[in-house]
Amino acid sequence: MNKLTNVFNHNSNLLSIYFTAGFPNADSTLHVLKALEQGGTDFVEVGIPYSDPLADGPVIQNSSSRALANGMSLKMLFDQLKELKNTVNIPVILMGYLNPILKFGIESFIENCRQVGVSGLIIPDLPYEIYLEKYQTLFEQNNISNIFLITPQTGEERIRKLDRASTSFLYMVSSAAVTGVRDGLSESQIQYFERIKNMQLKTPAMVGFGISNHKTYREVCRYAHGAIVGSAFIKHLETHGDDASEIIKFVKNLKNN
Amino acid sequence: MTKEELSKSFHPDEKGFYGPFGGAFIPEMLIPNIENLKKNYLKVIHSETFKKEFKSLLQDYAGRPTPLYYASRLSKKYNSHIWLKREDLTHTGSHKINNTIGQILLAREMGKKRIIAETGAGQHGVATATVCALAGLECIVYMGEIDIKRQAPNVARMKMLGAEVRAATSGSRTLKDATNEAIRDWIAHPTETYYLIGSVVGPHPYPDLVARLQSIISEESKQQFREKTGNEFPDYVVACVGGGSNAAGSFYHFLEHPQVKLIGAEAAGMGLSSGKTAASMALGETGIIHGSMTYLMQTDDGQITEPYSISAGLDYPGVGPLHAWLNKSGRAKYLSVTDKEALQAALLLTREEGIIPALESAHALAALNQMEIKPDDNVIITISGRGDKDMQTFMDQLNLV
Ligand SMILES: Cc1ncc(COP(=O)(O)O)c(C=O)c1O
Repeated sequence: MNKLTNVFNHNSNLLSIYFTAGFPNADSTLHVLKALEQGGTDFVEVGIPYSDPLADGPVIQNSSSRALANGMSLKMLFDQLKELKNTVNIPVILMGYLNPILKFGIESFIENCRQVGVSGLIIPDLPYEIYLEKYQTLFEQNNISNIFLITPQTGEERIRKLDRASTSFLYMVSSAAVTGVRDGLSESQIQYFERIKNMQLKTPAMVGFGISNHKTYREVCRYAHGAIVGSAFIKHLETHGDDASEIIKFVKNLKNN
Repeated sequence: MTKEELSKSFHPDEKGFYGPFGGAFIPEMLIPNIENLKKNYLKVIHSETFKKEFKSLLQDYAGRPTPLYYASRLSKKYNSHIWLKREDLTHTGSHKINNTIGQILLAREMGKKRIIAETGAGQHGVATATVCALAGLECIVYMGEIDIKRQAPNVARMKMLGAEVRAATSGSRTLKDATNEAIRDWIAHPTETYYLIGSVVGPHPYPDLVARLQSIISEESKQQFREKTGNEFPDYVVACVGGGSNAAGSFYHFLEHPQVKLIGAEAAGMGLSSGKTAASMALGETGIIHGSMTYLMQTDDGQITEPYSISAGLDYPGVGPLHAWLNKSGRAKYLSVTDKEALQAALLLTREEGIIPALESAHALAALNQMEIKPDDNVIITISGRGDKDMQTFMDQLNLV
């Protein structure tokens, strides 16, 4: 069974954290992963840096350019992740844009994911239809879960379709926005969370984009299986570097206040 | 191939593919917008009201038809017959106005209130700001920080027209990054905003939409050529290629006539092997840029590289998927022209014919030097815009002070 699916079967109020591979330093990746696990993160999203991250705001864009300047590439990332299974037990998913993956070769990319023990993928610019037509079999044969996004604008029929095709969780984008740090949750966001909750989907949902503190994390847990924190953690890394004890503190504060 | 098969292969299929190129590789956030556009664009642009209003605005507002001018001194120089399709004579000074008039009518029909656009040279930004003033709609134009500096007159025009110009400060701070910012804005404003894209790039249906709106160029030139020469077809049609909209419009009605050779001129910048270039056909490999599968310049790791050209309008690391397909299928040929060659060609046209072309268009003129033209050949070159916006560059580079 896929490690990721397992986490959802046994827990609620999940906390997932995103960070960009190779940030703040080229060799930070495993170090950060380990500290995130020690702090109590339930699973981690590792971002593959890209020159043109269309769905990301300035914070993640900036971490991406810095990681690229540090020399991070898919080849380097898979080299680092050879030690993944010896480093952490929590599930790890990769998030990245399609072009570097195609350039790497998607078959060998998926093969590498399976070998190092990556559980799932988020590829924002790979639409569901093209996934279905071209890549579903490849993903499934390698036991890699493809994670779909839904947004406040996604229609009910499409949500049902994505729900049926999902094998781990649905990524609920919290508002019409690119990634970034935002303060509270608005009335219309809450209504959207409630609407999705009331649809009683078969797949658990995680809320991401704009979740930055304990309060918003707890609040979205009332409607979804958990929350994903990205930009706020990147900002933490900007200020504190990849120091393990600071990372552990950050996660504990998020989870338990 | 029969004529019908030939014509079909130059139009995208239902999913927006031209052969292996095109499609819509977009994040889920943009799916409802793109679906909505896909559902409406053909219906609207084929409607009688649209056709009537588009035609009337092109004529009375933009100043169409633009002349097909026989450049006799230039013809003598090249020992052949050279015709200039004068898009530089349109309102706002480039072909970009054809597209923005069409899309603003579409946006209005779709009930949109806020218009966003990207711009490189500022010509598309000006053309967008112009039609927004005309339609009374809010206008925000994203422009790379570097381009804001090198195309200052157009920034001033956009501001006077009431548009807000927002600087794109990420990456190479040129057209590619302005496009990224426009797409991010669209993600954040999914309901009331219309993204008025400036070339035959981006996710389906934009490449097809923009090509159709620009096809007025060849609709006119085909007829004008016949009237003026009594010949059915020219031997060559030549246009510069940034994203490829003026070229798509210039080629469109000749695509199904293989006797017409189609030539695109892309920017080699300082030279193909200099590392400072925007020649995505010559150097690019297949990949995804701005939601479209096409040729683009990228590193071995699939990172999009920062392009360079003296001409802001050609300073783009990708190319529209239609052109990728015309190149692969052999229907069109693409030549690369350096900064220097373009500057010389601009000066030549100015001194021989009294026409100062845009730096972009000068690339098309310079392509003549790489073509083997025979004495009786008829060549139509699209002068996509006028050179006013480039005067500072001309003064500096040609030592005209
Ligand atoms: C005068 C002129 N020609 C050509 C271009 C290049 O665009 P395209 O290749 O879409 O025609 C531009 C773009 O800004 C332009 O301003």
